[in-house]
Amino acid sequence: MQNNCHLRRKLINGLMQVITCLCSLMVVVPLCLVFYHVLKSGIGSINWAFFTQLPKPVGETGGGMANAIVGTFELLGLASLIGVPIGILGGIFLSEYGSIRLNWGIRFGADVLNGVPSIIWGMVVYALVVLPQHRFSALAGGIVLGMIMIPLIMRTTEEVLRLVPNGYREAALALGIAQWRTILQIVVRTALKGIVTGVLLALARVAGETAPLLFTALGNRYWNHHLSDPIAALPLQIFNYAISPYEDWHRQAWAGALVLLLFVAIVNVSVRVLTRDKFAQTR
Amino acid sequence: MLMTEDQQKVRPPTPVVIPRTEVPQKKVSGPPGSSTPAISVRDLSVYFGANQVLKRVNLDVPAQAVTAIIGPSGCGKSTFLRAINRMHDLVPSARIEGRIQLFGEDIHGDHLEPVQVRRRVGMVFQKSNPFPTMSIADNVTVGLRLNGLRKNSVLAERMEQALVMAALWDEVKDRLSSPAVSLSGGQQQRLCIARALAVQPEVLLMDEPASALDPLATARIEDLILELKRDYTIIIVTHNMQQAARISDDTAFFYLGELIEFGTTSKLFTSPSKKQTEDYVTGRFG
Amino acid sequence: MTTAVGNMPASKARVFSHGVAGDRLFKWLTLAMGLSVFLLIGLVGFELAHGSALALKKFGWRFLISSDWDPVNEQFGALPFIFGTLVSSAIALLIAVPLSIATAVFLTEIAPYWIRQVLTMFIELLAAVPSVILGLWGIFVMVPWLREDLFPVLRRTLGSLPLFTGPIYGVSILAGGIIIAIMILPIITSISREILRSVPGLQREAAYALGATRWEVTRIAVLSYAKKGLFGAAILGLGRALGETMAVTMVVGNRPEIVASLFAPGYTLASVVANEFSEAATDIYLSSLFEIGLVLLGVTVVVNALAQVMLKAFAGPTAQSPH
Repeated sequence: MQNNCHLRRKLINGLMQVITCLCSLMVVVPLCLVFYHVLKSGIGSINWAFFTQLPKPVGETGGGMANAIVGTFELLGLASLIGVPIGILGGIFLSEYGSIRLNWGIRFGADVLNGVPSIIWGMVVYALVVLPQHRFSALAGGIVLGMIMIPLIMRTTEEVLRLVPNGYREAALALGIAQWRTILQIVVRTALKGIVTGVLLALARVAGETAPLLFTALGNRYWNHHLSDPIAALPLQIFNYAISPYEDWHRQAWAGALVLLLFVAIVNVSVRVLTRDKFAQTR
Repeated sequence: MLMTEDQQKVRPPTPVVIPRTEVPQKKVSGPPGSSTPAISVRDLSVYFGANQVLKRVNLDVPAQAVTAIIGPSGCGKSTFLRAINRMHDLVPSARIEGRIQLFGEDIHGDHLEPVQVRRRVGMVFQKSNPFPTMSIADNVTVGLRLNGLRKNSVLAERMEQALVMAALWDEVKDRLSSPAVSLSGGQQQRLCIARALAVQPEVLLMDEPASALDPLATARIEDLILELKRDYTIIIVTHNMQQAARISDDTAFFYLGELIEFGTTSKLFTSPSKKQTEDYVTGRFG
Repeated sequence: MTTAVGNMPASKARVFSHGVAGDRLFKWLTLAMGLSVFLLIGLVGFELAHGSALALKKFGWRFLISSDWDPVNEQFGALPFIFGTLVSSAIALLIAVPLSIATAVFLTEIAPYWIRQVLTMFIELLAAVPSVILGLWGIFVMVPWLREDLFPVLRRTLGSLPLFTGPIYGVSILAGGIIIAIMILPIITSISREILRSVPGLQREAAYALGATRWEVTRIAVLSYAKKGLFGAAILGLGRALGETMAVTMVVGNRPEIVASLFAPGYTLASVVANEFSEAATDIYLSSLFEIGLVLLGVTVVVNALAQVMLKAFAGPTAQSPH
């Protein structure tokens, strides 16, 4: 009886190990499939034309996504102008200044904002910027992406700054260094790697955002020349092509997806690799 | 996240004071004991919230000597030390009563900003904390650079001076640009001492500077302290009575937030006047 | 021993001002930036409320229970979308939560170091895949496969249930649920993993000392201890599922109907906004979409807040804060 019971327990133990292993594999499978298909369907269309040409008129084959790629970078630049300074400085406030109550409130607010679906952000900036100006614009697109970045960067900056041991702050202050200098040139400097990581990850995240751009940047089949004009963006282009009825556009959508996916993946992987030595996980 | 407390009115921005380049020469005129004490404490009480940690401490710390602060855990030694360079300003719940004078000047007075006090009163901490993103050279000069001193020649000179005084120069002179964290524990602590000395303070506060070090490194720090006292006033908190006996000229014994006894080290350890002191130094408690 | 004066955690600090001009300026600057959070919240709330004012006035509560979505006749009811969002999210949770927790268990309790590293990297990569790319894959790879392979099998085997009846298009509420599941797997897995890691080693040791097998240790000492936290992780996943827009829009079929069959196309709150916002010609149309946004915002905020509360409640008594 004892032996049977023990055997049964051993079997269940083994079974559960197998099951959890299988589940983990199932989590990995979609990613592998996505990567595989994007690579397979997209690689053929990656050529010089893709990177340098504008989209061709409806129905014609060929052309490229040059304006979308440039547009994405432009939007990221605009977004950074808003998101990075406000986010980092806000994160500094949360970590170095403030009161318990106030900081809890700000933190909670930032977490709430981080949970707001990105399409809602799009609606907000539509009402805020697009409607009054009566136009879709790159500016609106940059603003919405920047707003998404603010709470993201604020929280990651705060987390990283809190990890800086207090001893460094004390040592600097004991030398008679002014507090603001201590924060900027000692504390932030020590945590710089982590802060940059947070910024890069936030950039990679908003680079892939489509929903908020649907009614702010709108998209553009040509080059954007003014901040107040609509602008193309890679994820927007991918979406529009994907839901279109044209084969050629589908093909280009895959190519665009490949470019976007590679960009996002490279940023994420390199950032994690660069910080891995700091945060060795034991389980 | 350490804050500065607003207890004074707004005053116009004070110009950055670059400390003088020569080592200060303190004139000791008249018989010993009649010169201005380096630190003069009157009725000092420190509260954290409702908790009173120091109770009406009265003490005169003589200049250019080593004064040791001893006492069991929780007796307020570190609190006392940190009051002298106004580190409690950075703690929101801290409240200070009484008066502390630095060579006759009230450190809480209108003339002195906390930042200025801290440039004149240096501190070395229990756990060595050289700034990890900086080289050895940068660590030593950081106090000068971040207070506005830019001339490389002066910085180099002061850096060498400080490292020599901290008995670290020979060991690091060939690798001044290597990261500070590449040094051993004892070397890092001496680096922190050099960093504090570079700013040329008048008084040096040391909070158990050798407690995290092995006996060899400890011995070197102690030798260093004996050298430094020629030019600096040193106050050292230590839980190691033998260390206090070895290196200090005067010793103050604290217990439960009160200064129980203060006198020459030899007298305090061999024939203390208070029973509590005697109990502590003979090891009956603590 | 020193009183931990200088070691007071950042969270206990208070605002002070100081005479030195630089300190003051910097403090106020960072404060202003920190307060921007409240400004943003105010903006979001205001614009949505303002935008939906018209629809709120016209439809009132009926908006939430009416299934009429008729732009031509200017009758708008959000029920189909609420239904679609709830059903697709429920499907997503049903699929993702068990998988994620099992994966988290595998990662913390069973996997050797190198497998852990690789798997973690994969999961983080999956988290980084933009929604639109997953949607693209969904349209051209997943949906045809569902239409040709999985759905017919489901209909053959489970066709007696009303859930699996009706015509098969591929694009469906079930497809939406599956793709949302893929999107929320990473976050539930990583949060669950954090939670399992925070279970004190003592708990595991006590179970081992009683002679339990590895699985029994996990079941008794880890999972039951971590129940609350794992539930919080699931709710967090729900919060993300509710707001998922692009990938769902591309595979869900975009038909505002309430049908029992999972094979039928559906429509979610986020999808209808994504699809119809730029084409809303009339004020009431736009306002109704704003109201949908308001509903979506309200639900997401509440769910996320609930998740945070649960996670903090779990971490509270055993908080190992690095600060």
